[in-house]
Amino acid sequence: MKKANANPYGQLFVSTFRLSACTFGGGFVIIPLMRKRFVEELGWIEEQEMMDLTAIAQSSPGAIAVNASILVGYHVAGIPGALLTVLGTVLPPLIIISVISLFYQAFRDSAIVSMAMAGMLCGVAAVIFDVVIHMVKTVARQKRILPLLVLLGSFTAVRFFGVNIILVILVCGVIGALDTCRQQKRSKEAKEE
Amino acid sequence: MIYLQLFWSFFQIGLFSIGGGYAAMPLIQNQVVDLHPWLTMTQFADIMTIAEMTPGPIAINSATFVGIQVAGFPGAVVATVGCVFPSCVIVMTLAYVYYRFRGLNLVQGILAGIRPAVIALIASAGISLLILAIYGQRTLPENLLGFDGMAVVIFLAALFVLRKWKCSPLWVMAGSGAAGVLLYWLQGRLL
Repeated sequence: MKKANANPYGQLFVSTFRLSACTFGGGFVIIPLMRKRFVEELGWIEEQEMMDLTAIAQSSPGAIAVNASILVGYHVAGIPGALLTVLGTVLPPLIIISVISLFYQAFRDSAIVSMAMAGMLCGVAAVIFDVVIHMVKTVARQKRILPLLVLLGSFTAVRFFGVNIILVILVCGVIGALDTCRQQKRSKEAKEE
Repeated sequence: MIYLQLFWSFFQIGLFSIGGGYAAMPLIQNQVVDLHPWLTMTQFADIMTIAEMTPGPIAINSATFVGIQVAGFPGAVVATVGCVFPSCVIVMTLAYVYYRFRGLNLVQGILAGIRPAVIALIASAGISLLILAIYGQRTLPENLLGFDGMAVVIFLAALFVLRKWKCSPLWVMAGSGAAGVLLYWLQGRLL
């Protein structure tokens, strides 16, 4: 629990509620938004930690947005925090869909609604690209070949060969483990010499 | 009784939809159209469209929609709770494990291996979304030049604003929505 806030609960709920109300497109869209809020603006989570949480959210069953908010809530304020962020994430769609289902035919056919949605979709894509550029820069700054290879390899696997995402995450985890073992062995040898 | 059925159906959807978003679609269809007479196929297609147009995860959106259709607002709440319940238990357990063991060298190595892959996943999702935004369909069309010029303009402008001024994504998205209404309306007027 970094930056011990007097009342993290209110902030957690309000933040996740606002983020959830704006995550069009589902899935990964909430990750960049959460990163911006909790890593950059509030400073509650570290950059690398956010990527770890993303991997966990992605590999667990259920909606990524819900999983990610559980992780953030748990990190900041334990189980009560997690329950609160789930509530914050679930309420906006619950309210919005409840209202829409009353007159969903009219909503679906509205020209203005579809224009606004089309515009917002472009905005969402831009937000994701912004975050990807930022993250790739972070990896490039390490000045190591392996992470870049893993990045390119997994991108190719997912994008062009439709490989199962869970499988990609597992394989990359193994690569990371092997790499660590190799580095440790090498530093041990260096010490012995 | 109906509440219990709703809870159980969406509990299963929540438990078995790994990978989120569109991975949940066939499961939802199976539960609410095939196994239970809750929605017709047309209604199901409608809710998928609405789920894409509105914020929130598809599974939660459809839980709310189906719940209301079947048993009113309490039904919506029950279905939604059922949908997030498996996530709560599993993800909190994983979070506990992560914070307990992430200090270990080996675990750090594993996580370091996974991080670049996460970037790749996000990049791939971003590209899919961009294709949907500028071509209006999920996959690249044969005619690559048949893109929506307005969408490209909004995308580039939003990306520029984000990179240059680092402003909040929420404002960028609200702005993109407003720009969409304005530009498409003008386009309709002028053409």
